[in-house]
Amino acid sequence: MDKIVFSKPALLTDTPMHYCPGCTHGIVHRLIAEALGEIGEFDNVIGIAPVGCAVFAYNYFKCDMFQAAHGRAPSVATGVKRARPDSTVFVYQGDGDLASIGMAEIVHAATRGENMTVIFINNGIYGMTGGQMAPTTLEGQKTTTSQFGRNPLEHGNPIKICEMLSTLTGPAYIARTSVHDVKNVRATRDALVRGFKMQKQKRGFSLIEILSTCPTNFHMTPIAALEYVKTTGVKAYPLGVYKDVGLNEEEAK
Amino acid sequence: MKKLMKGNEAVAEAAIAAGCRCFFGYPITPQNEVPEYMSWRLKEVGGSFVQAESEVSAINMVYGAAGAGVRSMTSSSSPGISLKQEGISYIAGAQVPCVIVNMMRAGPGLGGIQPSQSDYFQATKGGGHGDYHMLVYAPSSVQEAVDLTYKAFFRADYYRTPVMILGDGMLGQMMEPAEIPEAVDLSSLEPKPWAASGNNGGTQRVINSIYMSPDALEEHNAMLTRRYEEMAKVDVMSESYRTDDAEVVLVAYGIVARICKAAVDMLRESGVKAGLFRPVTVYPFPYEEIKKLADGKARKFISVELSCGQLIEDVKLGLYDSKNRPEVGIFARVGGNVMSPEEIADYVKSGRLSKSWIK
Repeated sequence: MDKIVFSKPALLTDTPMHYCPGCTHGIVHRLIAEALGEIGEFDNVIGIAPVGCAVFAYNYFKCDMFQAAHGRAPSVATGVKRARPDSTVFVYQGDGDLASIGMAEIVHAATRGENMTVIFINNGIYGMTGGQMAPTTLEGQKTTTSQFGRNPLEHGNPIKICEMLSTLTGPAYIARTSVHDVKNVRATRDALVRGFKMQKQKRGFSLIEILSTCPTNFHMTPIAALEYVKTTGVKAYPLGVYKDVGLNEEEAK
Repeated sequence: MKKLMKGNEAVAEAAIAAGCRCFFGYPITPQNEVPEYMSWRLKEVGGSFVQAESEVSAINMVYGAAGAGVRSMTSSSSPGISLKQEGISYIAGAQVPCVIVNMMRAGPGLGGIQPSQSDYFQATKGGGHGDYHMLVYAPSSVQEAVDLTYKAFFRADYYRTPVMILGDGMLGQMMEPAEIPEAVDLSSLEPKPWAASGNNGGTQRVINSIYMSPDALEEHNAMLTRRYEEMAKVDVMSESYRTDDAEVVLVAYGIVARICKAAVDMLRESGVKAGLFRPVTVYPFPYEEIKKLADGKARKFISVELSCGQLIEDVKLGLYDSKNRPEVGIFARVGGNVMSPEEIADYVKSGRLSKSWIK
């Protein structure tokens, strides 16, 4: 008898995604839906979409969603979680959103230990607005506002979010993963599951930074963009778990 | 039973009575008693209080909590309200009901911490970006601040709009006897099927203000405009004091209106037929009501305000097509100064009608 071994996660809609060819947002959206499904969260989920390419994320998730102002998603999520403490809340932010205009909001949501899960897409560039320099743009990387390459003396240095936030007491789980190959996609899924389990067990704030690509604004083919993350991205942003307060493993099963 | 209460605390308790269960604030003088009060009082009623890292963050917490269907409030004073404007615009665009308290202090910039009405334009003409308005109540006593704050939550829910309580440092800081309305039974409130509260039973709710199609956004703007037009019909509130035979009408709102009442009484005693017109809602402004006074005996209108000529613009708008062509002038103190009844009475008796607030 035939057996279904692979299907669309219940939390994803059938809406075709608007992302550019080769963009990794689609992979991450799917992983979020899979991870929520794995911990059995289907009905009581509330997501917060950012400003940037993922502004329309609410078209792709079946759960209730908010669209937040640029950088403010962690504050909106704080309000949601305080109003609906039993819901599972996820925040989806890019690097300009989270690490530049929303730096105060993310740091304080983290230090308060708000019981929410933040998915932080780090592709080192502003995608939606056309490839400007992000706070996470690598040294030497060319963007439309650093056309000769990012020069630390002129443009400052890249910001390392996991390293920074893991110095705080509030967060329960901070990890950096990548989606540049299958092995790392699977590791990202595991990290998302762990982040959501932290929330379910009310351990507090969790953040998964995911190294991603933007082939359009990297001016690369999708494969070359993945290769760039594999060879260059992970050197500047080492993968790994930066903080983990531990789960009640019995309860987590 | 009446209790002697500070304006800020009375506003906070009125919000609790109205079913406010989430409050997000940030310290700024002269409104600090509101978050301080809420920080312990919300615990007693099973609500949630967060002292945010900034006013920018606090208003976005309101967006989240109110968008998830819980009656929510924030309070601040002028510079902090400026920081909230981005969030207020999103809240108005996304049709999220909430209450925002502004206990105004003098500006611009850091300005001072004394009472002022210098955020009138910001409160009534939009404040943040894009075409939107808030329903704006301007209480002139602690009791009225209580009653309007209570009412604000119901009107906010009815229209799905932000409502502002526009007070000032004096109202927030002074103590008066006030009676708090009976607390609402939360289960009696209208359900909010639009709220993104989780457990959606398969029907997704989205709280957002993005409309990429010009036609869709134009329709959204039209829907908001119709709402503001309904407010102008249904929600306008004003008070007229000794205006029946008045030839000179002082126009003032909030705390200044009380000072004007004393001035009117003084003027009446010395034989001047003076009256007071007090907008209670400053958005929508009671244009029709002020015009009726000009259709009667009133020929001189004096905008008495703690701002450099803001209220006077709405006074002129209300009177511009009045057939009796009344004259309009201004008497103002600013920078945190507050006029005395005697100053106002002397100004009226002098017969002057200034175009500018500068003496």
